[in-house]
Amino acid sequence: MESALAIISGSMVAGGIYLLLSQNLVRMLFGLIMLSNAIILVIFAAGGLTHTKPALIEAGQTVPHAAVANALPQALILTAIVIGFALLVFMFVLFYRSYETLGTVDTRQMPESGPEPDHGADTTTVRQEKGP
Amino acid sequence: MSNILIYPILLPFATAAASLLLWRKPVLQQAVSLAGAVGHLAACAVLFSVVTGDGIQALQVGHWPAPYGISLVADHLSVLMLMVTGILGTAAAFYARGELPTHLRAKSFHTLFHVLIGGLSGAFLTGDLFNLYVWFEVMLMASFGLMTWGQRRAQFTGAVPYVVINLLATLLFLMGLALLYGLTGTLNMAHLHQKMLSHEARGLMTVIAFLFMAAFGIKAGMFPFFFWLPASYHTPPIAISALFAGMLTKVGVYALIRTFSLVFHHDIATTHRVLLVIASLTMVIGVLGAAAQNAFRRILSFHIISQVGYMLLGLALWTPLALTGAVFYLVHHMIVKANLFLVSGLSRDITGTLDLNRMGGLYRAYPLLATLFFIPAFSLAGFPPLSGFWAKLLLIQASLQVEQYIVAAIVVAVGLMTVFSMIKIWIEAFWKPCPPSDMAVAIVSYSGWKIVPVCALALISILIGIGAEPVYRLADTAARELMAPQAYVQAVLGGGHP
Repeated sequence: MESALAIISGSMVAGGIYLLLSQNLVRMLFGLIMLSNAIILVIFAAGGLTHTKPALIEAGQTVPHAAVANALPQALILTAIVIGFALLVFMFVLFYRSYETLGTVDTRQMPESGPEPDHGADTTTVRQEKGP
Repeated sequence: MSNILIYPILLPFATAAASLLLWRKPVLQQAVSLAGAVGHLAACAVLFSVVTGDGIQALQVGHWPAPYGISLVADHLSVLMLMVTGILGTAAAFYARGELPTHLRAKSFHTLFHVLIGGLSGAFLTGDLFNLYVWFEVMLMASFGLMTWGQRRAQFTGAVPYVVINLLATLLFLMGLALLYGLTGTLNMAHLHQKMLSHEARGLMTVIAFLFMAAFGIKAGMFPFFFWLPASYHTPPIAISALFAGMLTKVGVYALIRTFSLVFHHDIATTHRVLLVIASLTMVIGVLGAAAQNAFRRILSFHIISQVGYMLLGLALWTPLALTGAVFYLVHHMIVKANLFLVSGLSRDITGTLDLNRMGGLYRAYPLLATLFFIPAFSLAGFPPLSGFWAKLLLIQASLQVEQYIVAAIVVAVGLMTVFSMIKIWIEAFWKPCPPSDMAVAIVSYSGWKIVPVCALALISILIGIGAEPVYRLADTAARELMAPQAYVQAVLGGGHP
């Protein structure tokens, strides 16, 4: 089981990096999603894969009777999923807004961040350039 | 067990929540935000005085005993960083009050700003690696929002690489963390320190160490991972970019210093040797990049990279004196660099631009501004008796002590190149006559909200230079705690732990 997970997460990392190297923002987004899921599998595998019960304690007891699964990796994974989801949603919005503003998802066609903004430029927003 | 550790984290989040609730009352919201920043500074100062008085403080959150729960630990390095966070946060909050228009500020600025400060404080205080990951994410989320705050065109082109690269860095961090947990079964840094002393799989540990080095190196703007930094730091409003320049890369440096002293101490010969080469390259490449630039904030951005090299150098040499130099450099650099970004904003108010070709004549028309630039700029370049001189002196001494003559030569040469860059800004923006254009030097009166933080930071920089002895002592104590972390481990795990 461990070797299967290792191969799966390894190929997911490879796929994620391949997509990240693309010039298309949408592909980069998918690459990051794949990479973060691969790492969640790594955490899962690193916690040890065993056939045991969930870490629940029966009513009236203070310690579990039989061996239970390690609950910490599960907690870590849950946190990582929540944080990863929030970041991906933000990225999705950022990429969409930058597509609206710059008119392209191709990083080769995006202008360099260019010269220093002149005074007053900070306060003018590009909100009025509404997308389709 | 002391609860004062929680306030530098709690106060910014309370302020962020309050400023969300006051969404429709901009005046009150502004007042709460400023009060929150000052309160955070006060909380940091209290913790600072307690730690310098009574030694390392630790808090087990929720009374879960040490390796199982989350520990907050404040040692000398942490409180020094926290203190600077408080100072820079307050300075940036005041500057933003003068810079950003009220109707825009009211929307989300205050919330994001205080979440960022809270995330920074959490990262400096936590004693748990996974918790550090969470604080990094909190900080990143807030910084993404601030990076695009205002939504100008240039900000998007800067923010896209910033977001992608930083996300990649946190994913690498998470990967290293998972593997480290798999090998050791713990994520508490003090506990990891003990486990490392007797762990067999040293080769694997070294591999994981390099994963961490890459992850934190991206955040710190270390060679060869720095390209996102000069592409993005000059795009957001001044107050935001000053806070970023002062704090964000330095969290990466802090994390490197923390993990490579407390956790990855098993193979110093390999890890720190690689770090030494990288640090030297970072110094050189950063300063050469700056020489090619011709815009105020871009030059400063490249100098962040070269200065990060100095701090990493202190860690890589791995002697008490070198680490003292690194900590001193951190404190000095954060204040000076943020100040330079703020000064660039004041100059832009007058000339209307930050393109050095179109600037000029500031020295004649605004001698006060020229002085305010002169102090941090030549402190950065390492002129005695300003703070940068002592920081550089310590590092040169440390590299001579371990007979790394080439490194010492690089430190001196990069210092000279820094002088060159600062003189370039000085000549172009301040000395040369104003170029004939429509952008003539207008008569602008300084806004108090902007000039006071700049003066305060300049004063602090002078004080660190003149009163170098107390800061040196603090940095020395911090370095000794890092080199011999028994006190840290004991504060977290208690005396009797195996």
